[in-house]
Amino acid sequence: MTSMPSASNAPVIIIGGGLHGSSTALHLARAGVAALVLEKNYIGRHASGVNAGGVRTLSRHLAEVPLSLASREIWLKIKDWVDDDCGFDQNGQMRVAENEADVATLRTRQQTMLEHGFTHEEWIEPDEICSMIPAITPTIRGGLIVRADGSADPYRTTRAFRFKAQSLGARFMEGVVVQTIRRVGSDWRIETDQGVFTAPILVNCAGAWADKIAQQMGEPVPLEPVGPMMLVTTRMPHFLNPVVLGTGRALSFKQRENGTVLIGGGRLAYVDRDRNLSELDFRQLAEGARTVCDLFPHMKDAVVSRGWAGIEASMPDGIPVIGPSSTESDLYHAFGFSAHGFQLGPIVGKITADLITKGETDLPITPFSITRFQQAALAS
Amino acid sequence: MIEMTQCELLIVGAGPAGLAAATTAAQLGIKTLLLDEQQAPGGQIYRAITETPVKDRAILGEDYWHGASLVEPFKQSGAHYQPGATVWAVANHTAPDAIEGFEVGYSVAGQAHMLHATHILLATGAQERPFPIPGWTLPGVMTAGAAQILLKSSGMVAGKRTVLAGSGPLLYLVAWQYLNAGIVVDAILETTPPGRLAKALPHIWGFLRSPYLAKGLKLLREVKSRVRIIKGVTSLEALGQDKLEQVRYTVGGKTETIAVDQLLLHQGVIPNINLAQAAGVEQRWNKLLLCWEPVVDDWGNTNVEHIGIAGDGGGIAGALAAENSGRIAAYEVAMQLGKIDRAQRNTQSTQAREQLQRAIRGREFFDTLYQAPDQFRMPTGDTVVCRCEEITASQVRETVKLGCPGPNQMKSFLRCGMGPCQGRFCSVTVTELIAQERGVSPEEVGHYRLRFPTKPLTLGELAALPQTDDSRKAVIRMKKPV
Repeated sequence: MTSMPSASNAPVIIIGGGLHGSSTALHLARAGVAALVLEKNYIGRHASGVNAGGVRTLSRHLAEVPLSLASREIWLKIKDWVDDDCGFDQNGQMRVAENEADVATLRTRQQTMLEHGFTHEEWIEPDEICSMIPAITPTIRGGLIVRADGSADPYRTTRAFRFKAQSLGARFMEGVVVQTIRRVGSDWRIETDQGVFTAPILVNCAGAWADKIAQQMGEPVPLEPVGPMMLVTTRMPHFLNPVVLGTGRALSFKQRENGTVLIGGGRLAYVDRDRNLSELDFRQLAEGARTVCDLFPHMKDAVVSRGWAGIEASMPDGIPVIGPSSTESDLYHAFGFSAHGFQLGPIVGKITADLITKGETDLPITPFSITRFQQAALAS
Repeated sequence: MIEMTQCELLIVGAGPAGLAAATTAAQLGIKTLLLDEQQAPGGQIYRAITETPVKDRAILGEDYWHGASLVEPFKQSGAHYQPGATVWAVANHTAPDAIEGFEVGYSVAGQAHMLHATHILLATGAQERPFPIPGWTLPGVMTAGAAQILLKSSGMVAGKRTVLAGSGPLLYLVAWQYLNAGIVVDAILETTPPGRLAKALPHIWGFLRSPYLAKGLKLLREVKSRVRIIKGVTSLEALGQDKLEQVRYTVGGKTETIAVDQLLLHQGVIPNINLAQAAGVEQRWNKLLLCWEPVVDDWGNTNVEHIGIAGDGGGIAGALAAENSGRIAAYEVAMQLGKIDRAQRNTQSTQAREQLQRAIRGREFFDTLYQAPDQFRMPTGDTVVCRCEEITASQVRETVKLGCPGPNQMKSFLRCGMGPCQGRFCSVTVTELIAQERGVSPEEVGHYRLRFPTKPLTLGELAALPQTDDSRKAVIRMKKPV
């Protein structure tokens, strides 16, 4: 890590200026390493800037729980970290049961969590839900809640990480499209449409495009670019504090501070990552609208003003790839967050920075190893 | 009418382009459906042509009544027509069956529908250029176009003491129609800068052969003889507490105020491109008209296969041009559908092509003469730019200085352009403000990315769409751990 700083080289190059790339740059900068972030469009252009903004430890994959709880510690002091509160509010997140099958699902989930020593997901009775959210259908059967969860403004968060990293010495270049990556001596030689960049260490935070980099390194991954669809309504009188998630039916539902209501849940748009294009599927959105109207009857009169879908990476097992490359030294991956990477952003940057500067992390990242796909391929 | 769920050609907009295209297309044997937001055909220019309470033809003028000549053939043509229909989505890639073409979502009277169309022709017309001056959001201030619609559709005018301000032919046309209807216009505040005529003169030859020339001069003479015209206005402000009370303006460095009830603003029209933009149609910056316009070829084709554009929605050229570009586009679609061959398309469209050429003569002269001045397009200070989210010019300018390079990032920074109007009232302003602050071209700055729904719809409307097995069974990727 002794490269002379110049416009085209850096001690670490991070490909991808989303939240994970920006967070990695911040944590590296705090450790005294001035990384260079190369972003093909602009910072926060895709999923990092336009996701639902859920700051959620609730309903995480078991392997993600320790990371998610560690990330929450950063979220709770986010302003100290990035000089901006990122619009973070701690109004809780709950997953609600609409019927007996949902109740069983959530009870089993809670049991599993307790068996693993996790106590942050609490059962909440129907009458407490109804008093907390009078607008919800009285037929609700209960739910799981994490009161310390919440939500934040995704673009503002990504921007805050970027600016804080920049103030500590990181550099961000936008509109730089990476083409080929080669090893030359101890350096990575990164050819882009804006010239050649070099660094001894490389980080792949390229989101929906990350498999193209992994492929070049001889470790292909079964990544699927996806675009979870979101709708937002015009402003409505305040009726909701916590984020509400569905159990048997896909839904993520929250009212923002300005009164607009954000509706998501992972229903997918048509996506063409090579053209940065996504197209909403209104028949799918109609299913989401039916779920909302069933749970919140007054929402049938809500006016939908916009819809969108940010392009991101989904992995077949629904959890990300985090950690060192299996084929190359001085290469690290952090991608494939499968529509729930926003809350993890603050901690994943720290994990990657720790791996680079200390050679280790104190969090359990083995389940996220890129080698799991090679093993899966061998087994089949 | 029985609801049509499948057509060969869907036309959006029943102004001159849409009416003429639908008529021609249906006559060529194309199964055609025309969807229009209004309750009656005519678009904005011929608004309420079949049902206006204004029966004295002299009030609105013969150019308006020309619209009636488009409606009768349309009714006879066999084209299907659905008034009161708002199109909010065009699905290309997510349509369930590619053979059936695009899937189009639209609503009539609060009821959402889906239909399939193999070809789409957008005839969405023009909208007025935003005119962001201090106080333009006060009640009592409206666009001249909106005032004209009120007159055409209900025979009504909004206030007593009326001042018109801005530039462009419509400003004088509205003044003339007001005068014809017996309404007093207190003043016209003309913002065309001195020296513009000289700049426009090289284009005078086309204008001299324009069909609009004689009529235009007569109209101008009449207005000038009856209304106080104040030329060379360099600044404008609408003043008032809760509603408009006064207009303050500057001429030759001297500031005056007039007490008014109604201020009608107008500085030209720009293409209404939201639907085209959301459908993926490529846009370019028109350096003379200072607006985005879709890239359209001589036959109305765009970069999106089977989506065409006719009329002002594809670039401002006026009603007569719109009508003929609609006919030309219909011949093109007929050829693409195999109803006629290339030679037939070329021959049969000859007359429309000639009339189109005649109609666009003189446009450059107009466009140069009436190009909206910088200070009325790129405001400063507390002047509101985005009306929905109440974002001011200085907020936009400051945000550029913070490192915000384009309109889409501006949305994320300020929520600018994210309200229910979907950027209709601020898109060009925001692009130009950013370009000015950065010292680069509007082309480089780019425009808002727009997505469907391009018009608001209720969640209930969406929820009531017919359920299909596909939509129920579709894979939900988000992992739900147990």
